[in-house]
Amino acid sequence: MGDYLLLAWTWVRASAQYRTSFAVSIVSSFAINALDAVAIGIVFTHVTTLGGFSLREVMFLYGTSGVSFALADMLFGNVERLSQHIRAGTFDTMLIRPVSPFVQMAADGFGAHRIGRLAQAVIVLGLSLPVVPWSRAWMVPVMIVCGVVIFTAVFTLGAALQFVLVDAPELANAFTYGGVTLTQYPLSVYGEQLVRGVTYIVPLAFVNWQPALYVLGQPDPLGLPGWLRFASPLAALLLSAVAALAWRAGIRRYRSTGN
Amino acid sequence: MIETISLGRDFKVRGAVVPAVHDLTFRVEAGEFVGCLGPNGAGKSTTIKMLTGILTPTRGRALVAGLDPARQRKALARRIGVVFGQRTTLWWDLPLRDSFELVRLLYKVDRDRFGARLAELTEVLELGPFLKTPVRQLSLGQRMRGDITAALLHDPEVLVLDEPTIGLDVVAKGEVRSFLARLNAERGTTVLLTTHDLGDVERLCRRVLLIDHGRLAFDGSVAQLRALVPGQESIEDVVAHLYLSSTPAVPRTPRRTPDADPPTVTA
Repeated sequence: MGDYLLLAWTWVRASAQYRTSFAVSIVSSFAINALDAVAIGIVFTHVTTLGGFSLREVMFLYGTSGVSFALADMLFGNVERLSQHIRAGTFDTMLIRPVSPFVQMAADGFGAHRIGRLAQAVIVLGLSLPVVPWSRAWMVPVMIVCGVVIFTAVFTLGAALQFVLVDAPELANAFTYGGVTLTQYPLSVYGEQLVRGVTYIVPLAFVNWQPALYVLGQPDPLGLPGWLRFASPLAALLLSAVAALAWRAGIRRYRSTGN
Repeated sequence: MIETISLGRDFKVRGAVVPAVHDLTFRVEAGEFVGCLGPNGAGKSTTIKMLTGILTPTRGRALVAGLDPARQRKALARRIGVVFGQRTTLWWDLPLRDSFELVRLLYKVDRDRFGARLAELTEVLELGPFLKTPVRQLSLGQRMRGDITAALLHDPEVLVLDEPTIGLDVVAKGEVRSFLARLNAERGTTVLLTTHDLGDVERLCRRVLLIDHGRLAFDGSVAQLRALVPGQESIEDVVAHLYLSSTPAVPRTPRRTPDADPPTVTA
């Protein structure tokens, strides 16, 4: 934890050495995310319900998934740059320091500009909160934390895969960036097989969909068992265990580069 | 201080299993200065990477400072220093001094001990004039001195260097060599280095390990190495002859007797 903060701060200082580039990256990040927010607004001015969910309810799904992803991406998303570090040989130098290589990877190139994405998601979530009944509000922080853990585990699995397939970081992106796009809308708009897949195989449905059904008091369109609504912590735990094992196996198989 | 028993590592190359290092057994005592030689692709770097915890061995075992490198990587990192000639561990965009400060924090070195050690290394390696310069603006010689300093701030018992003099000019090379000789003589730090520069070997190494085709082809003093190929004047010719002749032609000599020849450190 301390090491993470130290490394992240050092990276922020290092990137601040290039003042213009630093300023441009912050401004452009905010601009891109603001445009993104405008796009959502335009969609919702034309559509009042989506997959059986009201505008505010959809914003709730969008916001929870967005906040979880933005946090996971900001704090740990850089682990997916592993293949670049393997090819450049810089991963070797991480392995000779007395700090976990996972922490070093996560903090690597930490950019303060990523706060832009988080800010946008927080605003959408904030606007949706009137749909959340007081008695069920406790689930909101729980689902956000579980979402962060699930997305981080997916990032880690994608990184672990790069130990074997150095040229395939894109595959992992399908599940991370693809995963956030998927979960930002009610899963009821997708096909049944896809929903079963993200429930039982890659448990993205537990990022927000299942706990949100509880929070919003909605019936499951697929009629899946009710206890699944409370299973996010379990799904997060199981997926992180799998990700941790995969990461360790990856390090054992790590082959470095020539000389 | 360093011990390997039947150490081996395979790599899969297009489906086929290729042993990069095979059945490597040797011992390095505390305070020794050992050079690791071998043609390109012979397995030197793979060996070094197994000893520093970067690569996990496929077979056999290694013990460095009493630790298993691949399993106790973090504990080992506090006990050894590692320098790669071809890549830096310094922070490219920050002043040199900041990289050292980061080493202090990451290795949790006591502030007073760190200050004293840095002052000492700054003086010996003449880092003073560029401590505040961003690493990206340093010359290769300056950067290498910076890298060596970063590897020594936590006062390791063992220093492992992979081609530390590569690309350096004659003067910079001389500075690095005389520093390493002093470190070994005065502090008793065990040094293991790989190199293609036979000047490094002649000036510094009391003992040479020659790795060829992933196996230990020779283990002995520089004098014993010369004796393998009679009639060759320069050490370059001796080693070239050994590299050209394949593994079976290089006899495997037993471990050298201690102090068979005095160290010839001139730098």
